[in-house]
Amino acid sequence: MVRGFGWAAAFPDEVWEHVFSFLAADADRNAVALVCRAWHRIERRSRRRVFVGNCYAVAPAAAVRRFPEVRAAAIKGKPHFADFNLVPTDWGGGAEAWVEAMAEGWPHLEELRLKRMVVSDDCLELIARSFKNFGVLSLVSCDGFSTAGLAAFAANCRNLRELDLHENEVEDNCLNWISHFPDSFTSLVSLNIACLEGDVNTSVLECLISRCPNLRTLRLNHAMPLEKLVSLLQRAPQLVDLGTSKFSADHHPELFFKLESTFAGFKHLKSLSGIWEAGPAYLPAIYSVCESLTSLNLCYATIQSPELLKLVSRCKNLQRLWVMDLIEDNGLIAVAASCKLLQELRVFPSDPYGVAPPISLTEHGLVAISAGCLMLHSVLYFCRQMTNAALLTIANNRPNLTCFRLCIIEPHTPDYISQEPLDAGFSAIVESCKDLRRLSLSGLLTDRVFKSIGASANRLEMLSVAFAGDSDAGLHYILSGCKNLRKLEIRDCPFGDKALLDNASKLETMRSLWMSSCSVTLGACRQLALKMPRLNVEVIDERRGRPLESWPDDFPVEKLYIYRTVAGPRSDTPPCVWTV
Amino acid sequence: MEDLDNLKATELTLGLPGTDAPEKPSPASTTGANKRANEECCLPVAKKQVVGWPPLRSYRMNSIRIRKMEAEDNTGIYVKVGMDGAPYLRKVDLGVYTGYKELTEALNDMFKCFSLGGAEGHEESGYAITYEDKDGDWMLVGDVPWEMFISSCKRMRIMKGSEARGLSSST
Repeated sequence: MVRGFGWAAAFPDEVWEHVFSFLAADADRNAVALVCRAWHRIERRSRRRVFVGNCYAVAPAAAVRRFPEVRAAAIKGKPHFADFNLVPTDWGGGAEAWVEAMAEGWPHLEELRLKRMVVSDDCLELIARSFKNFGVLSLVSCDGFSTAGLAAFAANCRNLRELDLHENEVEDNCLNWISHFPDSFTSLVSLNIACLEGDVNTSVLECLISRCPNLRTLRLNHAMPLEKLVSLLQRAPQLVDLGTSKFSADHHPELFFKLESTFAGFKHLKSLSGIWEAGPAYLPAIYSVCESLTSLNLCYATIQSPELLKLVSRCKNLQRLWVMDLIEDNGLIAVAASCKLLQELRVFPSDPYGVAPPISLTEHGLVAISAGCLMLHSVLYFCRQMTNAALLTIANNRPNLTCFRLCIIEPHTPDYISQEPLDAGFSAIVESCKDLRRLSLSGLLTDRVFKSIGASANRLEMLSVAFAGDSDAGLHYILSGCKNLRKLEIRDCPFGDKALLDNASKLETMRSLWMSSCSVTLGACRQLALKMPRLNVEVIDERRGRPLESWPDDFPVEKLYIYRTVAGPRSDTPPCVWTV
Repeated sequence: MEDLDNLKATELTLGLPGTDAPEKPSPASTTGANKRANEECCLPVAKKQVVGWPPLRSYRMNSIRIRKMEAEDNTGIYVKVGMDGAPYLRKVDLGVYTGYKELTEALNDMFKCFSLGGAEGHEESGYAITYEDKDGDWMLVGDVPWEMFISSCKRMRIMKGSEARGLSSST
């Protein structure tokens, strides 16, 4: 039996490096780095991909120093609840510090993916200028930049393969930014501009597409009229992933015919999205590609159930379906019968505030899908009613669920038949679905459901809770159980100090905890911060009154964000955020 | 030159310069002990709305709402209206109003619940309605005759008074 550190020297570094190259998962590479100093050294020098789940968990310079040969980086900024406007816009998550450190230490960087970060135009330009082999930029749910910044980026990025702009807030101040790609630029493989509001010059785009033979993904924004879309698409029959623009116009048989034959020309199309404001007149033009589609995103298409039904029942090979609740229970029953390979379903509300007459989408639709689609593992479902019986059936049908996010739109809604809380239903989900990694709760729930979750949800990594629970016990069950919990986000629940302090050490095993409109006091935050030096305990209060130091211990904390970090308190907190 | 000591100038209001501004609504209380959400956003429905609920990206809310309105009525003069700090845009049909007074009242109704923050220590000097005209310039609403306004207005923004001061045509 070899002992000590000597055994690592049995092989030269290059051999170990080669062995490590087969480890794709970060967790595996992290484990390798803990074995001995030699492996730590070899691993860090050969790591090519880095994922930073919280941009404040580590100082950019430290990350760059530890892994000098990184080629691809992914970084996340704001807490998830920023998507729903619960986080002040000036909270933080600025990308400059990271981009500057990377420009300094990773000149060979090829891929950068940022999510929920504030990216300035200067940042975009810096990215384009600093990395000569830069190939992939993905910005998801970011803000702070404009089309002028995109123009600067386009002008300076010679080897770009992918530009993915997904659901960003982009200021529109440069109409012709696409024309800034040089004429010699031909390497584009993927372009997603669906989130841009403004018009895009069609002829410039056509030129770009014509000279990029490797283009596989093209997602346009809604602004382009249908006639122009058709002429554009005729230049890219090789597309695998298409996001259309507006899919309606005054009915023109000639236009329909052109659209239909354009789609018939797509021999490789697997993914379809966009279809904004689809009119029933033009939808049938898509029919020819339905059979080959594996991914269909209709969540911006305000199509009614009969047309939706005709469309999706042709999509026999669908693996992912995102759709509005306009599909109704009937539509989902048809999906369950036709789409036997379905893995992921998302149903969004067409009318979140309940202004229009109610839609016939209930728990029955989801139950049908759970029965008919044996490969279903990921669900996001907005609806207005639910029963424990339905949840039990779903749990029994689909023990292979890994992601279950149910949003019953009205808070505190009970089982509409028995009037009971939905504890039994969600408990069944966590007990049956042993591989569940993500769960979002809704409806009327007591502490009992948290007891089940704490005890059974052993693989759970992310939990979202709103308007639920009776007392601190609820939070205590979660924090004392759920061995693999990484992210916990809670709003409007009666959870307070005791559960938090009793489980302080748990928080260091997690990435982050968000609590808003709960019952936590400033005193508990102070105690927690004292006890756990490697946590940043951020108290967020937007009223901008007296400074934090002057408030008493019993002061109720409105919003709380706690995350583990080796970088200490951050230096860029805005006036409304205090690191306790 | 604005007189910063003038209390009226520092009052949080929504109104055109020179008009009697409507009353500022009282700020929502924000005690952490509340079980329910403690900011209420009023929309033209009887129901109470809650910030950030249902959990949908504001991006999606804007898209759905605006496309729906566009699809329903193609004859109106629809312009988007945003307000600094409000979570999503609204759209108004300028064609249904007869003048600035009606428009201001409607906007005030629409956005009153988004008047952010309490009065404690606030330094903002009110809000002003601005619009972007056909040439891309940002102007204060009310400067030009109504007919000219509705034909040239592309979109509107309710800005903090401090930012809008530079736009006023009267110095």
